[in-house]
Amino acid sequence: MAQYLLSVHGTSADHVDVDHNDPAIQKMYADVGTFNDQLQTDGHWVFAGGLTDIADATVVDGTGNDAVVTDGPYAESKEFLGGFWVIEAPDLDTALKLAAAGSRACQGPVEVRPFQADPAAE
Amino acid sequence: MTDGSLGGRIEGIYRDEYGRVVASLARRFGDLDIAEDAAGEALLAALERWPDDGVPPNPGGWLTTTATRRAIDRIRRENLRDAKHQAAVMIDDPTPHEPTGIVEDDRLRLIFVCCHPALAPEARVALALRLLGGLTVAEIARAFLVPETTMARRITRAKAKIKAARIPFRVPDADDVTDRRATVLAVLYLIFNEGYLSSSGDPIRTELTGEAIRLGRLVHDLLPDDGEAAGLLALMLLIEARKRSRVAGGNPAEIAHLTRRREQLHNSR
Repeated sequence: MAQYLLSVHGTSADHVDVDHNDPAIQKMYADVGTFNDQLQTDGHWVFAGGLTDIADATVVDGTGNDAVVTDGPYAESKEFLGGFWVIEAPDLDTALKLAAAGSRACQGPVEVRPFQADPAAE
Repeated sequence: MTDGSLGGRIEGIYRDEYGRVVASLARRFGDLDIAEDAAGEALLAALERWPDDGVPPNPGGWLTTTATRRAIDRIRRENLRDAKHQAAVMIDDPTPHEPTGIVEDDRLRLIFVCCHPALAPEARVALALRLLGGLTVAEIARAFLVPETTMARRITRAKAKIKAARIPFRVPDADDVTDRRATVLAVLYLIFNEGYLSSSGDPIRTELTGEAIRLGRLVHDLLPDDGEAAGLLALMLLIEARKRSRVAGGNPAEIAHLTRRREQLHNSR
């Protein structure tokens, strides 16, 4: 079994202007909930969550003597990470199938990235 | 290429059998590096042994068996987790040909892995030429008109992704076959092309055109109603039928010397 990060990227507008009472948004929440339940039932679930707006981000650089704290995201870009799943899957084909279902549920493209293997477990 | 010496003959056999050996080991061990390295070690063993023992009656089988043993040795040496257990299963494998689903041929299956949509399009064909056609990186680079280092990087990156992302050596299902059909056909066409007018050595390399036609037949069998698969096979057979008229004295013949009389349909199986 390997772990994969399924990440969902969006723009700030997706976050700030979202109307929680919009039926389309309500349906998206429900679909993601159903998808999450399915992940848990099938044993793929590790962790998942949605993030707040990118404006809430803070960068901490602890590489020097004193940690430097800066307001804002690490990289300025139009699109940023909005939420993610960490899943367990035997291979990429399985992960891609789950990503397709997740993408349909959350109505956004999903990026699939494998986690580095634990050298001790190889 | 093929000088009359035994060494040249062994390398010729190795070249012909390379795709078969690598595809068989990739299926069994699920690891391209292990498959390729073991195939290379089997060649060294053949160069050592065959001059004394003679070329075995089934050289392809000999190479595959030797490569399989070398691969198992390597897995043991590297002491991977449960390696001994795995190796025991592999040595005592009562079903070397597991259920293979709708794509039964190891080499065709490996092409479908090379054509995985998660791999960069420009890497898919290169990887297939390397693994199935046994072409050197230099030959592939020439065919793509890119520097050798660029091509080496492209192939290495694709293999690294197969490993890191765990692209499975899985039996393609009916959906995969349909989805990847166009890429698979493109790969077969390029393998044929490289055999039709090789970028190195002999102008025509029949082992490559023959392999492309063989795999083309398999794809056509998988997708009998697919016009593109049938069309590609027909095109390759037609060109192959004119093969003898295209060469004169080891070089491509001039157009003025092409005669219909020398064209023969020797593919009408």
